[in-house]
Amino acid sequence: MIDFELPKGAAFAKQMTHGVAEGLMRKWARWADDNEHEHVEEYVNMMYEVSKSMDPGAFGGGSKKKEKKEGAQEDKKKKKKRGGMNLQMAVTIEELSWGDAGLYLQTPNPALGGAAVSAVGTDEQKEKFLKRFSTGKPKWGAMAITEPGAGSDTASITTTAVLDKETNEWVINGEKIFVTQGKSAIEDSEGFVVVWATVDRKAGRAGIKSFVVDHHTPGMKVTKVEEKLGILASDTAAIVFEDCRIPYENILGDPEVKTGFKGAMATFDNTRPMVAASALGIGRASIEFVKETFEKEGIPIRYGISPNKLTARERDVMWMEAQLQAARLLTWKATSMADAGIPNSLESSMCKSKAGLAVTLVCQKAVELMGPLGYSKKLLLEKWLRDAKINDIFEGTGQINMLVVARRIFGYSSKELK
Amino acid sequence: MISFEPSEEQRMIRDTALDFAAGELRPNSHECDEKGEIPEALLQSAWELGMVNACMPEEHGGVGMERSAITGALMCEELAYGDLSIAMGILTPALFAYPIMEFGTEEQKKAYLPRFSEASFQKATAAVVEPVMDFDLAELTCTAKKDGSSYVINGEKCFVPLGARADLFMVYAALDGPGYENVAGFIVEKGARGLTVSEPESNMGIKAMDTAELKLENVEVAADARLGGDAGCDFAKLMNYSRVALGSMAVGMARASFDYARDYAKEREAFGEPIAHRQAVAFMVAEMAIEVDAARCLLWEAAWMLDKDKDALRESYLAKMYADRMVMWVCDCGVQVLGGHGYIREHPVALWFRNARGFASFEGMATV
Repeated sequence: MIDFELPKGAAFAKQMTHGVAEGLMRKWARWADDNEHEHVEEYVNMMYEVSKSMDPGAFGGGSKKKEKKEGAQEDKKKKKKRGGMNLQMAVTIEELSWGDAGLYLQTPNPALGGAAVSAVGTDEQKEKFLKRFSTGKPKWGAMAITEPGAGSDTASITTTAVLDKETNEWVINGEKIFVTQGKSAIEDSEGFVVVWATVDRKAGRAGIKSFVVDHHTPGMKVTKVEEKLGILASDTAAIVFEDCRIPYENILGDPEVKTGFKGAMATFDNTRPMVAASALGIGRASIEFVKETFEKEGIPIRYGISPNKLTARERDVMWMEAQLQAARLLTWKATSMADAGIPNSLESSMCKSKAGLAVTLVCQKAVELMGPLGYSKKLLLEKWLRDAKINDIFEGTGQINMLVVARRIFGYSSKELK
Repeated sequence: MISFEPSEEQRMIRDTALDFAAGELRPNSHECDEKGEIPEALLQSAWELGMVNACMPEEHGGVGMERSAITGALMCEELAYGDLSIAMGILTPALFAYPIMEFGTEEQKKAYLPRFSEASFQKATAAVVEPVMDFDLAELTCTAKKDGSSYVINGEKCFVPLGARADLFMVYAALDGPGYENVAGFIVEKGARGLTVSEPESNMGIKAMDTAELKLENVEVAADARLGGDAGCDFAKLMNYSRVALGSMAVGMARASFDYARDYAKEREAFGEPIAHRQAVAFMVAEMAIEVDAARCLLWEAAWMLDKDKDALRESYLAKMYADRMVMWVCDCGVQVLGGHGYIREHPVALWFRNARGFASFEGMATV
């Protein structure tokens, strides 16, 4: 049944999160932008207390394979019980990003690394790496995929993992860049990073596996923290691995060379809508600010009149609102499919490419509509524009997501449509 | 719950509409457009499927299926996927019947609804659009004045679907000044004194469905010809239904153009391989898919709000505006993907391009 009512859980999460976003995040937003890479202790500690009580394994569903141990019926029950977690998370992320997208990324949680562990990890791995997020001091998880010579072209990854049969350890060598919260995860806290590396370069994609590397593991070092255009509250690290040894059991998924890549890529089906959701929050903040300012200035937005009689301002605002809502509904569609256990690769890339671009344009318009004020740091509009732009880049650029959509539509392989 | 899955019943209705659209509408699309007419037999066979009449209430001789804006949106999309003009023609009687069903007085229901459960296609329509540059639903230039026990209507209308062959018109006019709340509907019968129905208009698109201009010069109707009697009707809501219907038709036609372009791009070879192997083409087609679905989601949300009886003015207005732009852009891309071949009328993408331009000017010409 087609329905647009948020489930109670999601509505409640939205309401609770909004309080934090409005009361705490907005208060620190400008400070966090001015003090690049600094943790906002008040926010970090508060959020860690909240996330301690949450189940970090609840994320995922869409592309998750059924666990063999359980009967199909039990699996169905479990899904039903968990139903709504992807959607709920998207709604929550929209609220946090409405508060501040940089601080949202600073939230101490397993993040994308955690998503990878819960998507393909064994029960032992979940216990080992995720349980720590419900105790002690704030921790971060991170995901290291991009390299200086390989961004979206993940099959060209050169970081290697070689099995040392004598000690039964993987030995990792290579350099990773653009690791979100990388420094927070492995140097500032007792977190972990999930590293993509090849066990067999000749095997191409199939040789790529993901490995969990624990914080402060010898041989792993943060060599740089990037200075960025936006989301300055979040650290973006370069990490070098030199003969970095990790236990054999830290490999995620099947160690066989024939199957790896798809499992790794499947994580994106769950994470891309979350990036879209973050974009939505920033876009909404911008639109709300513009509309509230117009209201104060007595400038009406007249829905329902002849489109030919609309002022340029009215047209802009209406266009912004429609773009944002279209992106939001595509995002909700992708997440609700994941919650229902329906494969959502296509929809997940659709919403990501739509939201990433639409919100960047929406935030540009918002700055434009406020004239010189929009460009000033006295307001947050210019920051929102800088923050918004990342959503058209990370977790696959808008173009990479278009490529995914195009391949699905035409039924093409990556060889047929490069 | 957030869900984008139609119910079992809705899926059945959608499949029936798609079968009819693919089997009867699309094969006739080109010829109907070139000749500028929809054969009566086609309207009749759609009528027999119950596209309009299934939700007529039982006490007025109907089947009494529940009327739903979402179901209507699904039906509009599928029919327009076959052919926009014919789809609009098929659904035209609803423009007269549905407002009476929702806002009509008991007498009006008794007088007019039973004929919509009869076996033959009913020639009834509505007149909303006016031939002015900045046509505004909230400021109609067609006016009605109360004069004792009757109303006197003056003004001009255009784009009246199947106007030349209609027996019954629902004419909308401003009663006491501007604003949606001051618009009233009037039942005007063919041959009323002062009513002139033009020959079929000649427009850029939707050529298969004949539309007409109406001239109303001191057309006098009895007080009980006002839709809903003295209580009137909720014109804003009627126009929200219309936006959902027209927007969904835009989605259906855009989907047709997308499907055609996708298949063509896979088949057509240049430089030794299908043109779809090139990102310049593939990305255009991918974006067409995204935009069609984006508009569909907005329209479904507006339809859902109408079904829940929430105020959907903002949502349906924005959704239609989005769909108006989307359909023009997508159908433009459809022509572009085919290159020179797209400009030849033999391929339907040229017809969809012409039809697409109309949506931004269409108001009140379909309903759910």
